[in-house]
Amino acid sequence: MTTGSTIRPARAKAPRLNPGRAAARRDGFWPWLFVLPLLGGIGLFYLWPIIQTFYFSFTEWGVFGGNTFTGLDNYVRLFADSQLYSALGNTLLYTAIVLTGIPIAVYLASLLNTPGLRFASFYRVLFFLPYVAMPTAVAMVWRIIFNGDFGILNYVLSLVGIDGPYWTSTPGFAMLAVAIVGLWSSLGFSMIILAAGLKNIPPELYEAAELDGATPWRRFTSVTVPLLTPSIFFVLIITTISSFQLFDLLYALLGSSNPVLPKSMSLVYFFYSQGFVSNDKGYAAAIAMVIFLIIGVVTVLQFRFQKRWVNND
Amino acid sequence: MKKPSTRTAATRTALGLVSALGVAALVAGCSSGSTAAPSGDYEAAAKDLAAEITYGVWDQTQVDAIDANIAEFNKEYPNIDVNVNVTPWDSYWPKLQTQASSDTLPDLFWMNGPNFQTYGGAGKIEPITGEVDADAIDPANYPEALNDLYTIDGVQYGVPKDYDTIGLWYNTEIFERAGVDVPTDDWTWEDFDSAASAISASLASEGIYGAAGGMDGQTSYYNTIFQAGGEVISDDGTESGYDSEATEAGLQFWTDLIESGGSPSIQQLSDTPAIQWFTSGKLGMLWSGSWSRTAVAESEFADVIDVAPLPQGEEQATVIHGVSNVVAASGKNKEAAQALQVFLASEAAQQQQGDMGAVIPAYAGTQQAFVDSAPNVNLQVFVDATEYARPYPVSANTAEWNAFETELLPDAFAGDVSVGEAAKSLAEKMNTVLAK
Repeated sequence: MTTGSTIRPARAKAPRLNPGRAAARRDGFWPWLFVLPLLGGIGLFYLWPIIQTFYFSFTEWGVFGGNTFTGLDNYVRLFADSQLYSALGNTLLYTAIVLTGIPIAVYLASLLNTPGLRFASFYRVLFFLPYVAMPTAVAMVWRIIFNGDFGILNYVLSLVGIDGPYWTSTPGFAMLAVAIVGLWSSLGFSMIILAAGLKNIPPELYEAAELDGATPWRRFTSVTVPLLTPSIFFVLIITTISSFQLFDLLYALLGSSNPVLPKSMSLVYFFYSQGFVSNDKGYAAAIAMVIFLIIGVVTVLQFRFQKRWVNND
Repeated sequence: MKKPSTRTAATRTALGLVSALGVAALVAGCSSGSTAAPSGDYEAAAKDLAAEITYGVWDQTQVDAIDANIAEFNKEYPNIDVNVNVTPWDSYWPKLQTQASSDTLPDLFWMNGPNFQTYGGAGKIEPITGEVDADAIDPANYPEALNDLYTIDGVQYGVPKDYDTIGLWYNTEIFERAGVDVPTDDWTWEDFDSAASAISASLASEGIYGAAGGMDGQTSYYNTIFQAGGEVISDDGTESGYDSEATEAGLQFWTDLIESGGSPSIQQLSDTPAIQWFTSGKLGMLWSGSWSRTAVAESEFADVIDVAPLPQGEEQATVIHGVSNVVAASGKNKEAAQALQVFLASEAAQQQQGDMGAVIPAYAGTQQAFVDSAPNVNLQVFVDATEYARPYPVSANTAEWNAFETELLPDAFAGDVSVGEAAKSLAEKMNTVLAK
C-alpha cells in the first residue's frame, strides 16, 4: 500500500540525534518552495529597497529620475545640517515621553487582570480602541481638544485657574502635545501584550505570596513585574522603534502649514520634507540610512542590556 | 564543522547575486532619463481622427463641467475618446512626477504655477507655439499675468483654463457695530490698518478682531510685497527678491498689523485658520481668494458679507493664479491631445465651464456667470483685479524655497525676529537653492 511504504522508512530513520536538521537536509528544496512566497516578498519589498536606498544615499537625483554618483557628499552635508540634530532631539524627546507609558500600561494591565473584575473585557476594548483608530482621525480630534482659544483642554485648565498655552502652535509645547497623543494611543497595544503576559503567570505564585503575608503592592513588585519582564522587554522594543518612526501623527496633528512644524520636525518628517517636498531624493536616502542605523544601534543595545533585567526562566 | 561553512557560502552567493542584480537595475535606471526635446509642432487634427486619450485632472467637483465640454468636443471630433482621469490633489503631484519619470504622462493634463517650471524646464510638456502660430489659440484672450506664469524664456507651454485673484472680504455687520466705515475701492494701507485696530479695540470683549494675516503668501504677504513695489523672486526666476527694502516693507505690513492688535496672533491663526475666524463672525476683514465664495455662502453670515478690492500700497496689486491645460511631450496621440487643448481654450468651452459654476474661466468676457453666482456680493472685484494682477511667484524649484518661507517668516510676523533679519536670511537660503 502506498501509505504504508511512505511511513515505514521515516520510522526507520527516526532515532537520530538531530532529527530536525536531518529532516531539513532530506527534504531538499521543498521547504524553500513553501517559504518562497514570504521570502520573495520580504526580499523584493524590504531587503532590495534597503540595498537600493543605501546606494542612492551616495547619489544626487534629478526631479524626474536619473542620478549621478556623488560619493559621500550627502553625508558630509547631512552631518553639518543643524536640522538633523534638532530632528534627532525632537525624536528622542518624543520617544522618552512615549516610553513613560510602559509603566502605566503595566499597572493598568495588572488592574485589568484583577480576578473577578466586572466589565473587564469592556475596559480592555476601551483601552485598545485608540490603537485601532486611524492616526489621522485621532489627530483631528486632538487638534480640536488642543485648540488654544476654543479647545476643551484649555477650558478645563481655566476652570482651575491655569492659563493654558497654544499647545499645537508653540515650539516645545507642540512636541509635548504630539507625545501626549502618542502615549495615549500606544497604551492600548502595550496593555494587550502585557495582559497576555500576565495570564502566563501561575496563580500558585500569588497564592504562595499571599500565604507568606505579602501585601497587594508587594505581590505586584515581587511577583508580577519580575515575571512580566519578557513581555515588558518586547513592548519596550516595539514602542521604541515605532516612536523613532514618528511621522503621521505629527503631520496630522500639527498640520503642514503650521509655523512650528520646522522647529518640531521628527527624523522621519525631516526625511519626508527633503525627499518629497524639496525633491532631494539622494539626500533623503542618506537621512533614511541614518535613521535605520540609529534604530539598529538602539535595538542592539536594548538586547545587550536585557540580560541584566529580563527574567527569561 | 562543514555545515555552517556551506551555509555561509550559499548566503554569500545569494548576496552576490542580489547585488549583481542591483547594479544591473541601477545601470538600467540611469539610461532611461533622456527624453526627446518637445518640438511645439502643431497641425490641426482631421475631423475623423480616431484616437483614445487621457485627460488628467485633480478636482472631482469640476468633472460635470468637463464632461459637458467633452460632449461638445465629440460633436466636432466624434472618433476621439477622452478618458477623464481624476486623482485627488494630495496624490496628483507625486503620481504626475512618477508618470513624467517613466514618460507615461496623461496626454493632456492640469498644471499649476508652482510646478510648471519643473515640467516645462525638463521638456516634459509641449509648448503651444505651433497652435499660436496657426491662430488656433490666441494668448491675448487670457489675463496677461497668467500667460506669463506659464512662459519660460518667451515660450508659452500652457493654456489658461481658469483663475483666482485675491480680494478683501468683509463682514458689514461687524463694521456697523464697531462704527467703522466699510472698505471702498480706493482704500490705502493706512485706511485698512486703522479700520482693523478700531474694530479690534471696540469689539475685543466679544473676541472679535479686525483682520487676520501673514499665514501664507498667496492670500497675504505676496500681495503686500507687490503693492510695496517689491518682488518675491526676479522675473527670470533666478534671484530672491527678499533682500530688497520694498519687499521688507510688504512683510512689515503684517508684523505691524499683528502688533497693533488688529489681528489674532500667529499662534491663534495656526490653531484656528483665518477663514474659520471669518465665517464664524469673529473677524471683520479677510484677505482671501475668489475661491472663498463657497465657504462664505455656506456660513451663517453669508447675508452680511461683501468683498472689496485689496487696499493699495505704493501701487495696486493682487496675486493671480490659475490652472492651465498642458500636452505631454511624450504622448502617443499628440494631435488628438492638442485638438482637445485647443477646444478647451475656446470661448465656447470656457463659457460652458463658467455657466456650470465650476470656476472663474480664463477667457476674457466669460466671467459673468461667476459674478452673478452671489448677487449680494460684489464678485466683479475678482474679475477687475486681472487688470492689475501679478503672476504668482514661481521658479524651477518653487517648493524648496516655499519651505524656507514657512520656516522663517512666521517668527518675523510674530515679532520674535526683526523683519529685516528674517528677510535677509530667507534671501540667502533662497538664493542657495535657486543657484542649483
